[in-house]
Amino acid sequence: MSADFAYILVYSTGQALRLEKLLLAAGVDCKPVPVPRHLSSDCGICLRIAPEDGEATQKVVAASGLDVPGLKE
Amino acid sequence: MSTERNDPELVYLDNAATSWPKPPCVAEAMRRFLDKTGANPGRSGHRLSIAASRMVYSAREAIAELFNAPDPLRVAFGLNVTDSLNQALHGLLHPGQHVITSGMEHNSVMRPLRVLEARGVAMTVLPCAADGSLDPADVEAAIRPETRMIVVNHASNVCGTIQPLKPLGEIARRHNLLLLADTAQSAGAVPIDMQADLIDLLAFTGHKSLYGPTGTGGLVLGERVDEAELIPLRQGGTGSHSEHDEHPPFLPDLLESGTPNTVGLAGLGASVRWVLQKGVAAIRDEEQALVSPLLAGLQETPGVKVYGPGAGKGRTATISLNIEDMATSEAGLRLDEEFGILCRVGLHCAPAAHRTLGTFPAGALRFGLGIFNTPQDVTRVLAAVRILAGGR
Repeated sequence: MSADFAYILVYSTGQALRLEKLLLAAGVDCKPVPVPRHLSSDCGICLRIAPEDGEATQKVVAASGLDVPGLKE
Repeated sequence: MSTERNDPELVYLDNAATSWPKPPCVAEAMRRFLDKTGANPGRSGHRLSIAASRMVYSAREAIAELFNAPDPLRVAFGLNVTDSLNQALHGLLHPGQHVITSGMEHNSVMRPLRVLEARGVAMTVLPCAADGSLDPADVEAAIRPETRMIVVNHASNVCGTIQPLKPLGEIARRHNLLLLADTAQSAGAVPIDMQADLIDLLAFTGHKSLYGPTGTGGLVLGERVDEAELIPLRQGGTGSHSEHDEHPPFLPDLLESGTPNTVGLAGLGASVRWVLQKGVAAIRDEEQALVSPLLAGLQETPGVKVYGPGAGKGRTATISLNIEDMATSEAGLRLDEEFGILCRVGLHCAPAAHRTLGTFPAGALRFGLGIFNTPQDVTRVLAAVRILAGGR
């Protein structure tokens, strides 16, 4: 739990890895990490990004057509 | 008797059952996964679990590229093509609906359909021509208001007949049906483009012409298939949706309960990339360069009857034949023991196809060639068959 990061929640590992590729291709650094418990009780993974990349990330998510729970800060 | 790989005495002609040998990259990838990664994909967030997830996702991407599938996340892995066909048939067909299939199907389609028939799904099995081909006009004529699906064997496991899929896909779209293609014998051996060929559901196996390990396969879903209508054969842990008792509704998790065959998928990913690098069209050309002289030589041999289409575009590298007055079991045993030629005899789990070809119940000898067979193999096989046929 840290204000140093923001997180994109996803429904599946496959979505996470798809989105990771798209974000990296768009120049947005990200890392698959376990979902922080304060954000969700899911035992899967999410993508961790820098808070300042939130807007760029939202654009990539929107362009991907992926249905994901979205960005949490 | 030798049972060693690469023994020059052996000619392996059972690639239609499972391909062998495999490209070296397959075992290397499997060993590397076991030695270096090993973890459970999609279950944990640590680096090895994520590495395992990346490997599985990479295999999905390779499959999607091979078949020009619309989305790697619509590639659902399973045990083999039988598993995936069962998923598609049991998952989408309901009592009161109707399904159309051909008289060239493998039991992997026929048996689930017979179970569904007993539960109230009507089925039409369309007769095929003597060479195993299905007339698309017959398919269109068989459509009823309650018809839901057309399911066909893309390439016959008995005699190699290729059924063109696009005309069936066009019929399926005209009548708002789903087209399910059983690509057990064609995936990797015949170019397949899900979008151009209008395939809605593609069931594949990893261990035949994709040259991967056994225990791998899957179902690829086109965009016309609504996963909300698909009932999974199994429910359970997926690593996702964990806060719910209910099974996740999204692909591929919907169809992938339980820990997958990660070691197998490591091998499958490597083998599919090997196929992609070599090129399916090039593989097909190489195999047909062996099929043509083998077919010609067999057809010229007195006492030998060959089934299915002649050499050319309408067949794979699987050839069925009989030697007059010789049981297939005897011919197969003599080819193995006296000549080191390994093939399959009998009905090949496809009694319907053998009825179509007129070879039921005796069956046939089947030579299933693969990319690692050579012109020397063809020469040896022809010489052996001539000896067997000459001694009848």
